[in-house]
Formats: sequence, C-alpha cells, structure tokens
Amino acid sequence: MYGGGNTFEPIKATGLEMEDPAKLAEFEARIERGEKIEPQDWMPNLYRKQLIRMIEQHAHSEIIGALPEGTWITRAPGFRRKLAQMAKVQDEVGHAQLLYSAAETLGKSREDMITDLINGKSKYSNIFNYPAFTWADSTVISWLVDAGAIVNQIANAKGSYGPYCRALDRICAEESFHLKYGHDAVVHLATGTPIQRKMLQEALNRWWTPLMHFFGPPDKMSVHTEILVKWKVKMATNDECRQQFLDMYVPKIWELGLSLPDPKLHKNAETGEWEYTEPDWEEFKRVINGDGPCNAERLAVRRTAEERGAWVRKALLSPKATYVTPLA
Amino acid sequence: MKELAIKELLYKMADDLLILGHRNSEWTGIGPILEEDIAFSSMAQDKVGQSWALYKMLQVLGEQEPDTVAFTRNAPQFHSCKFVELPIGEYDFSLVRHFLFDTADLLRFDLLSRSSYTPLAQLATKIKGELKYHTMHANTWIKQLGSVEDEEAFQRMQYALDVALPFALGIFEEGPYEQSLADEKIFAGEVHLKSLWLEKIQETLSKTRLVLGDVSLISPELGGRYGQHTEFLQPLLDEMTEVFKVDPTAEW
Ligand SMILES: [Fe+2]
Ligand SMILES: [Fe+2]
Repeated sequence: MYGGGNTFEPIKATGLEMEDPAKLAEFEARIERGEKIEPQDWMPNLYRKQLIRMIEQHAHSEIIGALPEGTWITRAPGFRRKLAQMAKVQDEVGHAQLLYSAAETLGKSREDMITDLINGKSKYSNIFNYPAFTWADSTVISWLVDAGAIVNQIANAKGSYGPYCRALDRICAEESFHLKYGHDAVVHLATGTPIQRKMLQEALNRWWTPLMHFFGPPDKMSVHTEILVKWKVKMATNDECRQQFLDMYVPKIWELGLSLPDPKLHKNAETGEWEYTEPDWEEFKRVINGDGPCNAERLAVRRTAEERGAWVRKALLSPKATYVTPLA
Repeated sequence: MKELAIKELLYKMADDLLILGHRNSEWTGIGPILEEDIAFSSMAQDKVGQSWALYKMLQVLGEQEPDTVAFTRNAPQFHSCKFVELPIGEYDFSLVRHFLFDTADLLRFDLLSRSSYTPLAQLATKIKGELKYHTMHANTWIKQLGSVEDEEAFQRMQYALDVALPFALGIFEEGPYEQSLADEKIFAGEVHLKSLWLEKIQETLSKTRLVLGDVSLISPELGGRYGQHTEFLQPLLDEMTEVFKVDPTAEW
C-alpha cells in the first residue's frame, strides 16, 4: 500500500548546475523516449535522491501497513478469512522486501532505511497512523486503502526507474487480489446482519477522512515538482489520483447501501469531476509530523521488532557461520 | 470403536495444526528479518490450511462444520498438546518449537501416508509434501544458529531447547485408542513415532553445538490430549473467536 501525497517536499537546491550537461541531456532524452533507467546507468544526483526517498517511503508503508491489519490475523472470523488475511498481510511484507531491494540498487542499504524509519527520519503513508478498531476496519483497509494504493502504484509503474517499475508490476498483480478479498469481506458485512452493517458503516465513517488524505494535499496547495514530472518520478498529481479513486469506488460504496460522511460529495455532471468537502488538511499535517493517533505505537512496534530480532541478525553476520539463505 | 479412534486421531492433529499455525502467524510483521517474516507466515498458512482439511474430514464423519468446530469450542474441548499453545516467546523459542514439532509432524504424516484409512492416507501424502519444506527450513536455522560462534545466539538456542523439550515430549502423549489404531493399521502409534522422532532430531542436533537433555530423566508435559491445558490456550481461543462470536450464525 502507499499514499503518494507525502512524498515530495520542496526541492531547495537541485544541484543540476553540478551535473555534466551532455550526460544530463542524454538522460532526459532517454526518459523522453520512454526508456527505463537502470541501476548502472548515469543519473543526476537529484534523481537518485528523490527516488530513494520515494521508494523507501513506499517500502516503509508496506511494513507499517502490515501492522493494523496484522492485528486482525489472529481474530479473522472463520477459516476462509483467517487464511486470506494471513496471505494478504504476508504479501504486504513481501512488497516491503521487493521495494527495499529496489531502493538498495540506488545505494542505500535496507538497514539504513529501517534505522531512518525507526528514528522518525523517514516517513510512511499517513493512513497507517489510524487505528483499526474492529474487523470492519480491517475489511475497509483491505478494500479501499488497497484500492487507493493501486491507483497510485499503477501510475508509478509507468515511471522511469526500471527496478521500481518492475517491482510495482509484481506488486500491482498481488494488490488486485487484495482488492477482491477486501471487497468480498465488505460485501459480506454490507449484506449481513444489522450488527455487521452497523460495524461496517462506522468503520467507513472513520476511514473516510484518512482516505481523502491518502493522495495528499490538493494540487493548488502542493509543492511544484515539474522536474520530477519531467523525469517520470512523479507520474500523476494528487488530485488526479483522488479523482480517479472517487470515480471508481464511490459508486460501488453507494451501491452497497452505505453512506459516506460528506453531504457535499457528488459528481458534477458537467465537468465530470467529483466535488467534495476538503478534508481537514491541518489534521493531515499534524499526523504526518508525528502527532496522529497511532504514530508512536506503530514506530514502537517496529522498534521493538528490530530490537528483538537483533541477535538473529548479529548471529548471521558471525564470521564463522556460513550464511544460508532461508528457503521461503 | 474404529470410528471413534479415527476421530480422536484427527482431532488432535487438527487442533495441533490450528493452534500452532495461529501462534506462528503472530510473527507476521514483527519477524527478525523480512525473509523470515514471510517464511513463518507461509508455514503458518500451511498449518491452518492443513487443520482445515482435517476438520473437513471430521465433518464427513459426522462432526460439525469446520468453522463451528474451530471457532466455538473452549480450551477443555481441544485435544492439542500443550506445546503448541505456548506463547511465541522470542525467536529462539519459536524456531526450536518449529524444529521439534515439524520434525514430529513430518514423520507422523509419513506414517499416515501408508494408513489403511484411505482418505487420511491421501491427505497425509499431500501434507507431507508441504511439511518437507518446513523441516528443511527448520533444519537450516537450527544448524545455523546452533553452530555459530556467536555466544548469545548459542546460549539462547540451548536454553530454548531445554525449555521446549518436556513440552515437545507431550506431543507423544498416548491416546485412548492406540491399540485399535495400530491393529487396524491406521496409525502406528505415538510410542513408535516418538522413537523415530528422537532419532531424527538427534541426527540434526549432532551437527550443531546444541545438546539434547536426557529424555529418560524428563517428565513430559502431558494432559493436552485430554483437554488439560496451560493458562495460555483459553486467551488464544478468546482472541481467535472474538469476531466470529459476535454472531456465529452470520456469514463473515
Ligand atoms: Fe502492498
Ligand atoms: Fe495490499
């Protein structure tokens, strides 16, 4: 999973004047022609830095994203759901693995990335700083957060960096299963008993603001990142992704007889655009800067996991031991 | 008699797999390295899937449907050994349990693949195929962490092995129908399985610095097969059934 809105901060100095103009021109021409950039290829420093930051945040989002849903593995109702929930969360961890290795091709080690995560130096998708109180929250995450992630990831898969694009192609294939699973679980609640319906509606109400935040601040409020668009690092604007998400999923939500907590939400028949109440962007900023309902808890869980696993990693580095790759 | 014996056998195997699969899934998202996180989840999924298949076999024999059986019973109705219900602890304990239990289970299903009860023999053949990878994984890690120079890792593994052993011996607690299962050539029995298991784990441990305690001096943690459990099983079940019990008649 992934939310794109938090990735890009103002670029203070591009450093482009330091780059070899001929190489830079050739690099840009390759991207223009739709070629992929590979790890050994020449690339400007800014490109490398921005990509590391983006892929790293994406990887962090996958492992942190495994936490709210992971707590429902042990509580999933019935064999079918239990197995699917296990497989789904496992996939997310697998996505983190793929993405960390894509980022490593750019020169930052997995250990350094995880250290930066734990120390709060690098970010992850804001949405995982909200709690999953009930089973219904978990189903809403599986359906709609994964749906949002797909919108984002399909766009990014058309970007210019080869290893990231290939990782995203594999990830998107798995995400589409998550979406089906999440949708099926939501439909069961929506068409179930009054208790189930109530549980689902409440979860949807809780997740609506984080979902609207998911794609990041509106374009008019966002930093300008023309160069990243030109280099095919940033593939779609926040508003484009949000519109696409609303267009695909709001009708499906309404079809299930569910409501959304925004009376203004509707599609403008003339413009074809969705109109809505702006979610509270101050809240978004607060949460992204560390002050959300679960930021501290998520990082604490991750930190504890790293500490508890430290002896294993240390033992594997032991000079006398021959490293054996785990089979799975 | 024969049917009772088969049911008793199926229940204890299914319960073991469900509970251990559940426990191992608790590592998802918090494993020591991502690769292990993923591996433990795969094996947990296999175990839960295997338990499901065994409960389905019980359903054919007239028991209630798998979800009802798995998600509505309380601890005294579970036939799993105490070993599987113990908390995951640190990774040392989880690895050692994985090694000791899965080695036993692979041998068990190998025996059962030749069972005179055909449906079980067929399922056992399939399960055996999955378990091979589990024991390969376990053996790799035991050999690795059991022979490293790293003193902390070695001490942890040895301690975990000592703690686990009495519980592991409880896997082989004899049931009420051992004789009839053996006579009918359905299952060769726990005593036989235990001797195969001891040989197998010694073989792996001999390639490490780890030392297995003298099993003749250890009293096994028994009772699980007869519904006597540690204080850890009921809370596990309460958690597992929390959503299901909101409305057991609902479709989830
Ligand atoms: Fe994912
Ligand atoms: Fe996903």
